[in-house]
Amino acid sequence: MNKIVLTCIICFTLLTSNILFAQEMTSPEMADVMRSEGKIYVVVAILVIIFAGLIAYVVTLDRKLTRLEKKITDKKG
Amino acid sequence: MKTWLKIVTIALLLYTIVAGFLFDVPRLNIVNETIRALYFHVPMWFAMVVLFCMSTIHAIQYLRKPSIERDLRSVEFANTGLVLGLLGIFTGMIWANYTWGSPWHGDPKQNGAAIALLVYLAYFVLRGSVENEESRARLSAVYNIFAFAAMIPLIFIIPRMTSSMHPGSGGNPGFNMYDLDSKMRMVFYPAVLGWILLGFWLTSLRIRTRNIEEKIIDFENE
Repeated sequence: MNKIVLTCIICFTLLTSNILFAQEMTSPEMADVMRSEGKIYVVVAILVIIFAGLIAYVVTLDRKLTRLEKKITDKKG
Repeated sequence: MKTWLKIVTIALLLYTIVAGFLFDVPRLNIVNETIRALYFHVPMWFAMVVLFCMSTIHAIQYLRKPSIERDLRSVEFANTGLVLGLLGIFTGMIWANYTWGSPWHGDPKQNGAAIALLVYLAYFVLRGSVENEESRARLSAVYNIFAFAAMIPLIFIIPRMTSSMHPGSGGNPGFNMYDLDSKMRMVFYPAVLGWILLGFWLTSLRIRTRNIEEKIIDFENE
């Protein structure tokens, strides 16, 4: 689980960092990436969070099923 | 499903969400930024067709050599496929509302997709109405083949033969015509693959749940 979350975060930062460096700095440098380009990054962040949440839910369901399968084979054997 | 495939699924879909919103797209009138819906709406249908195809393959295999496992796989693939199809039709309605003018335009593509989904809904109605397990499996396997054979012309052939506003259908070019430098393909193909894999993953979870259910019933009978 932690590994998956970590890969998600790395993937996201790698993709966004490219866009970060490409931007021209005309005014004093501020941490306003999230407010640029019509605030599209906010939308991306929201969707990434929703997607991460849903995937985490599916992964826990997957693990629960694996546990149940193990329980059943133990009972049989 | 193997763990590495699940990780690939997550990576592909994450890439789709980030790249789908941030990468350059062709500038077109009327569609404007909604062209990005291509990355999310169309893969629903691609994944649905693949899952329905898997369902039909299992149905044919059931008819060749009947087993509960085959029947179970066939149903669950159809189940996930139907969910993706419904998502496809609803996303299509939103897109149609802002580009065609109304959510339900009576376009051959929309009508065909709706009829195809109804044909598959009838598959579940048929299953629910047969008591006997064996005849339920056999009847629904035969119907499954019919449903797949009806879905392909309804979604892919009839809209191309008549006049349709849907891109890629009769009288309209697909977005591939505007995608001159193949930049959209760089997001679209991973998106399609990602959603297909997610469909397989969700189906595998349902199949496993059903298998556990069967085993519990076996225990109770012993």
